[in-house]
Amino acid sequence: MANHWGIVAEFESPAAIYHAAEKVTAQGYTKVDAHTPFPVHGLDKALRQGPSHLGWIVVCCGAMGIFLAQLMMYWMNAVDYPFWVSGKQPYAWPTTIPITFELMVLLSAFGAVFGMFGINKLPRLHHPIFNHSQIHRATDDRFFLSIESTDPKFDRNATAKLLESIGAKHIELLEDA
Amino acid sequence: MTATMTAPPIEKVAPNLVTRVKDGDLKAGQMAMLGLGIALLAIAFATGLGGDKEHQGRFWFSYLTGYMGVLGITLGALFFTMVQHITRAGWSVGVRRVAENVAAAIPVMALLFLPIALVGFDHLYHHWAHANVNPETHAAILPGQPGYDHVLAGKSGYLNKQFFFIRAGIYFAIWISLSLFFRRNSLKQDETGDGALSLKMARLAAPGLLLFALSITFAAFDWIMSLDPHWFSTMFGICYFAGGFMSFLAFTALLARWIRSKGYLGEVINTEHFHDIGKLMFAFMVFWTYVNFSQYMLIWYANLPEETVWFEHRRHNGWSSVGTILVFGHFLVPFVFLMSRHIKRNGFTLSLGAVFLLVIHWIDMQYLILPQAGHGHGAAHATEAVEISNAGHPPFSHDLNLWLHNIQPNDALCYFGMLCLVAGIAILFVRKNNLVPLRDPRLSETLHFQNI
Repeated sequence: MANHWGIVAEFESPAAIYHAAEKVTAQGYTKVDAHTPFPVHGLDKALRQGPSHLGWIVVCCGAMGIFLAQLMMYWMNAVDYPFWVSGKQPYAWPTTIPITFELMVLLSAFGAVFGMFGINKLPRLHHPIFNHSQIHRATDDRFFLSIESTDPKFDRNATAKLLESIGAKHIELLEDA
Repeated sequence: MTATMTAPPIEKVAPNLVTRVKDGDLKAGQMAMLGLGIALLAIAFATGLGGDKEHQGRFWFSYLTGYMGVLGITLGALFFTMVQHITRAGWSVGVRRVAENVAAAIPVMALLFLPIALVGFDHLYHHWAHANVNPETHAAILPGQPGYDHVLAGKSGYLNKQFFFIRAGIYFAIWISLSLFFRRNSLKQDETGDGALSLKMARLAAPGLLLFALSITFAAFDWIMSLDPHWFSTMFGICYFAGGFMSFLAFTALLARWIRSKGYLGEVINTEHFHDIGKLMFAFMVFWTYVNFSQYMLIWYANLPEETVWFEHRRHNGWSSVGTILVFGHFLVPFVFLMSRHIKRNGFTLSLGAVFLLVIHWIDMQYLILPQAGHGHGAAHATEAVEISNAGHPPFSHDLNLWLHNIQPNDALCYFGMLCLVAGIAILFVRKNNLVPLRDPRLSETLHFQNI
């Protein structure tokens, strides 16, 4: 049995895909995504996408950066090799602030980039969406709406019909490969 | 873009936009703010100017604390206006008109400077204004004679009474003319819809910002830093600016929210715009911390007596507790609180943060100014300071009590009185002018603005 990844439909304008997204999610579809050449205002809301969890990953990584930086400097300067420089105590908090700040930023940035990779299941060499014959135009002048077959409401005929009824120009059923 | 481009009339861009405040609306708020401001300042003057010379001297420090705190807010409004022009910002066209109206209070701040110039000057700046002059005989103290201060003698080319007032005149001339220029051209565009005016303002914003940066830096040197005339820090001007601009954003968030609650500005300052005001407020709160820490760490690390003396004063008479309060209240607490976008997008929580930051800004001004009340001469008090520091440092609660004991009602009356006065003037101009730049070429961008 050939598995299908989902259905991808093509729209010609930001307004068209925005309204299509509204209608599709209003029908109860949840595994819906949009592929557009540029950010379309309000599309996240029309797709009924929840808030990203990335912020929590970044906060945790940043807090870890603060903790590790303090631990590192305390251990090196006050425990392992205490050394008095120009009358400052071996562990003096003002000297630790720049490094603490830098390590917080570094780990937050790692958290943001690699957290985003993880959530998006990147890196991967191929994605079924590329089976669509026109998908390259998503970086140019076309707007694509995808509905995945794992969506509980997905039905290859009914879903295709719905997309057609809301003005999709080019609808393709994609193989899961 | 051609210079002849004309923006379409407002009816085409936003047919339902309310462009003016109805006669009588907002008047109660304006009058209440003006009345409260004048009343608080009148009480401060009445209670402050009686009594002996020491009592009067202390009043002028209260007055300066309030004055510099609120001046920073009005100058922040001018800075905000110019930055929106130079970046050709699309999101902020509606907020910019509010900022123009807040900056309209700068001439009033010039008037409020007059009491300092005419009476307060000798109480505040006598350390350098009367340096190397014998207080009894009024004869000049010459090099080699006892009491000769060679540091202040070296600075007398800059720190002298004549040049001080010439500079004050230059600062106000810069600030008033810039605020007039940007408000008048913006209002003119309401009539003509001429896109060239936007270009003209963007062009002038560049030299305007340069003049602004120099003038606010030297104003902070002249009016706050010179209270301790031996001490110097090149970071000082930017520290003052950072706190003032942050407070302007807090002030504007509250003002705009109040105007909205009266049924105006609904479309041009909505959740999206408040979110951005909140982001800027957060950013400049952090920037304040960044520049203040930079100043502190360099002085702490180098450990040179002529530089550390400023912080030495702030370790005594309870001021070290205020240092701790600022680390938490001006950074750690608002940093955690304002971090989330949900907090910045909620009107109530954003206002809570804004009120908190306006109070903290006042405490910051106290920390800069009030420890110099009574003593500002590093040399005369150096031995006393060393004796105290050798005895070990008292706990936070002890210092907190001492600080609460040392501050006076006039510190609050002057700051909040002037804050009310500026709010009243801003509301007056909100009522007088169009609510939004009606024919700004970027108005429709503002109306459809969204944070992604």
